[in-house]
Amino acid sequence: MKISIVVTLKKEVLDPQGKVIQQTLQNMGEKAVFNVRQGKYFELDLNENNYEKAKIMAEEICKKLLANLVIEDYKIMDNS
Amino acid sequence: MSISKEVVEKHGLTQIEFQKICELLKRAPNLLELGVFSAMWNEHCSYKSSKIHLKNLPTKGKVVVQGPGENAGVIDVGDNQAIVFKVESHNHPSFIEPYQGAATGVGGIMRDVFTMGARPIANLNSIHFGSPDHSKTKNLLNGVVQGIGGYGNCVGIPTVGGETHFDESYNGNILVNAMTVGLANKDKIFYSKASGIGKSVIYVGSKTGRDGIHGASMASAKFDNKAEEKKPTVQVGDPFTEKLLLEACLELMQDDSIISIQDMGAAGLTSSSVEMAAKGKLGIELNLEKVPCRELNMTPYEMMLSESQERMLIILNSGKESKAKKLFEKWNLDFAIIGKTTNTKNLTLKFNNKKVGEIPIDLLSNKAPLYNRKWSKTKLPKKNSKSKNLNKIKILDSLKRIISHPNICSKEWVWKQYDHTVMGDTIQKPGSDSGVVRIHKTNKGIASTIDTSADYCSAHPLTGGKQVVCESWRNLISVGAKPLAITNCLNFGNPEKQKNMGEFVECVNGIAEASKYLDYPVVSGNVSFYNETNEKSIKPTPAIGGVGLIKNIDKMITMNFKKKNSDIYVIGRTNGHLDQSIFAREILGEKKGPPPEINLFNEKNNGTTLLELIDKNLILSAHDISSGGLLIAIAEMCIKGKIGALIKKPKTLINPIEYFFSEDQSRYIVEINNDNVENITNILNKNSVFFEKIGNTQENNLFIQDELDLSIDEIEKLNNSWFRKYIN
Amino acid sequence: MLSSVIVFPGSNCDRDMAVALEKFGFKNSMVWHNDTELPKTDLIVLPGGFSYGDYLRCGCIGSKSKIIEKVIEFANKGGLVLGICNGFQILVEAGLLPGTLLRNKYLRFICKDVYLKIKNNSNTFYSKFKKDIIKLHIAHNEGNYFVKNDELKKLQDKNQIAFEYCDINGEVSESSNPNGSINNIAGVFNDNQNVLGMMPHPERMIDKYLSGNDGSLFFNNIKHKLSI
Repeated sequence: MKISIVVTLKKEVLDPQGKVIQQTLQNMGEKAVFNVRQGKYFELDLNENNYEKAKIMAEEICKKLLANLVIEDYKIMDNS
Repeated sequence: MSISKEVVEKHGLTQIEFQKICELLKRAPNLLELGVFSAMWNEHCSYKSSKIHLKNLPTKGKVVVQGPGENAGVIDVGDNQAIVFKVESHNHPSFIEPYQGAATGVGGIMRDVFTMGARPIANLNSIHFGSPDHSKTKNLLNGVVQGIGGYGNCVGIPTVGGETHFDESYNGNILVNAMTVGLANKDKIFYSKASGIGKSVIYVGSKTGRDGIHGASMASAKFDNKAEEKKPTVQVGDPFTEKLLLEACLELMQDDSIISIQDMGAAGLTSSSVEMAAKGKLGIELNLEKVPCRELNMTPYEMMLSESQERMLIILNSGKESKAKKLFEKWNLDFAIIGKTTNTKNLTLKFNNKKVGEIPIDLLSNKAPLYNRKWSKTKLPKKNSKSKNLNKIKILDSLKRIISHPNICSKEWVWKQYDHTVMGDTIQKPGSDSGVVRIHKTNKGIASTIDTSADYCSAHPLTGGKQVVCESWRNLISVGAKPLAITNCLNFGNPEKQKNMGEFVECVNGIAEASKYLDYPVVSGNVSFYNETNEKSIKPTPAIGGVGLIKNIDKMITMNFKKKNSDIYVIGRTNGHLDQSIFAREILGEKKGPPPEINLFNEKNNGTTLLELIDKNLILSAHDISSGGLLIAIAEMCIKGKIGALIKKPKTLINPIEYFFSEDQSRYIVEINNDNVENITNILNKNSVFFEKIGNTQENNLFIQDELDLSIDEIEKLNNSWFRKYIN
Repeated sequence: MLSSVIVFPGSNCDRDMAVALEKFGFKNSMVWHNDTELPKTDLIVLPGGFSYGDYLRCGCIGSKSKIIEKVIEFANKGGLVLGICNGFQILVEAGLLPGTLLRNKYLRFICKDVYLKIKNNSNTFYSKFKKDIIKLHIAHNEGNYFVKNDELKKLQDKNQIAFEYCDINGEVSESSNPNGSINNIAGVFNDNQNVLGMMPHPERMIDKYLSGNDGSLFFNNIKHKLSI
């Protein structure tokens, strides 16, 4: 089954890229945008059909590799 | 709210220190004030364990414009040009988050330099990792190298030199020391001393977040297995903002707007505001609600202790505010007037018009405790008796093993990831004895190098301290530069332990003795204590950053052999000292014994004589003999020049192994034209410098009769493959 | 001859480029990215660096600068536009050049000397390079040029490939490719051959003290071409 994961910088950690993208959007006239956070998106294809089990595996994988827990959070997307 | 014992401890203060604060204040501090004290009184800002010993370092000299005590040291290089430089450690943050730790280390040291009105023109770094087979080393190496590159490359400052070492003593505590060299007009240096009352205090740069709160205390805390839990305090660097800040500050410095300027480094807003006020003998009042914040609901405590990067504090001349604001807005940087200078001599903190803290500046900057900690002397170890029969060891095998050893091999894998040619003035690249950048649009060159000798310092700190200074001096001489001054980054273990404190004291004394003798003063520096994990300390590792001047870059020397059939000479005497050499460690498996002796007279005499020969255009190439010994130095010259050499065995009674692999000091290899032999030997003899001819350059192979016949390609492969194999 | 160097926030080879242009006889102006008018100019250069920190995608945010509209106008009228390194990335993002620049194959920043084979020796920028192979310096993290096959064919057919990475003998091969670029491409022209983007930095090789002098050939050639 497919598991989708989004990794972003922790809320309290500076996101230089997000900041510049937000400023650029402002300059381009998108005045409503007051904050941007940038992240990474992963899709894992797993040999596992049970979503709950797959989620636990994904969780481990995030901790082990995908997210740098010093500065990043991960979110496993709901299966839809 | 009363302050509990635990709270005091969490701030890295002892109960006695807390008592002292209460006595000085004549009351108990509130939490905000305690935070401010802890930031100013910790080792990183107060130098409380090191100060009394640092006084031994020579800090004055003909070329010194500004010695230690400012953001960076300043030296005069003639023509109203000044070189501003400093080295700093970012060890603990880099162990926790290698990429960001190293990146912000580079960012911090560059700010120290451009704060003083200098445009950075060269970066260097000295990085030490644990044993290559330790589980963490590979990731740390990758992260640190990419972090240094990621930051320096983006800002656009060439990284022209450095060193990378591996040793198991850094398994749990790596070292990341970053050095920046900048160029300023000598009559336009900016200092941190505030002056005038009622002047605006300006905050510029990035917004303040909750990054690195108590980073300065962390930098002075030892690690244990829970180190990783301290992670949230690591700051994220934004090199793009740094670049904007650099340009904006240098632009504002064109006229007389700025009275004083200070980078918000360790301990952020606290140390910058206190230092400016202390130097000017003034007070300072901050309205903290005006501090630009990245996050909601930040408290005065968090604002004062945040270590968010890429921020500066400026005291402006009256009436310059709107012009400055416009300039920073052009560069898309935050600009806020957050306070003013006062005549109270207090640090006054207000939040929404309410006074939330007030401390006399003097208590923070001058009344920090000073410790004369107990220390123990290291005896000079006895010379190792020759336990093994050297005659059984093959020169060929030893050369092959040492030239490919991770601490000797080519570091090209590392420095190819650093932009070393941006700014268009790099005239000697990394991998040389010193990196050299031309002073823009002139014929002058600035050579710089950063060196450490942890094995020597560990065996005998006093000799080791002397040796690092001499090594630095030699690296500058080898490129034809006159050594001018040094900066130091003193990486040691726990000063509360007598052994570690002793290592510090004796290394400092060694550095002092050598730099005094060589007229090579210390103009800036940084102390990093508590480099230990689970009570195991690193080897004492003072890093010396040296800067020298080449008055005419046409006379610059490089180490690559230039042509066939030149004579190869050794300057300086080879006595065969193997103890503490790479050979002893790697081939004999022997770690005991004293480091090679330093004779400062010979050091100075050999060095200045070589400079004289270089000045008279008598030298084709030169390279100092350091780790690995004579044969390694020659092999390196062969590799760089793609030219071989025919080397003769020593005529004296000395064993060839000792001759080729000993690490006796004050020696250089030089390549000379045979037409010049007489002229050169006359000068060497006149100055009573010991020298001997050891061979000739030739095509293709490095050759020693009956011992060695290796093609340069093969040696290069041995020298150049370790990192790639290790990483893949 | 007049040149203009566009300065973006985060450009860091702007000065180096200005120095080079002036050395070879151009009267150069620095143009701020936020300006809305170009000065009178014969050549526009987008310099190397990290415009906007290379955040989002390298060159992307720089390509949204106000001055870029004017640069596009200038190029469409046949004016000479040169993009070096980050400047190349911006030209690609601005749609003035085909293809895109991906991260280096080995995912590392790479700074070294490279040899380049000159593929097109008669164009608006330069002609009659005295050498077929020149040595220049590269310093980038995203220099891995990519175009789809049909576009690649178009580039080849229309002689739009300016330089290919090669070895000292001119051999174009996998081992002389530093970053994974398709067909070892180091620089490309637009259709009309008046816009050139290249990863190598000619401005870092303009005197004998630097590691080479072939950048001088490059600038002298542009100058020569402009003066006829």
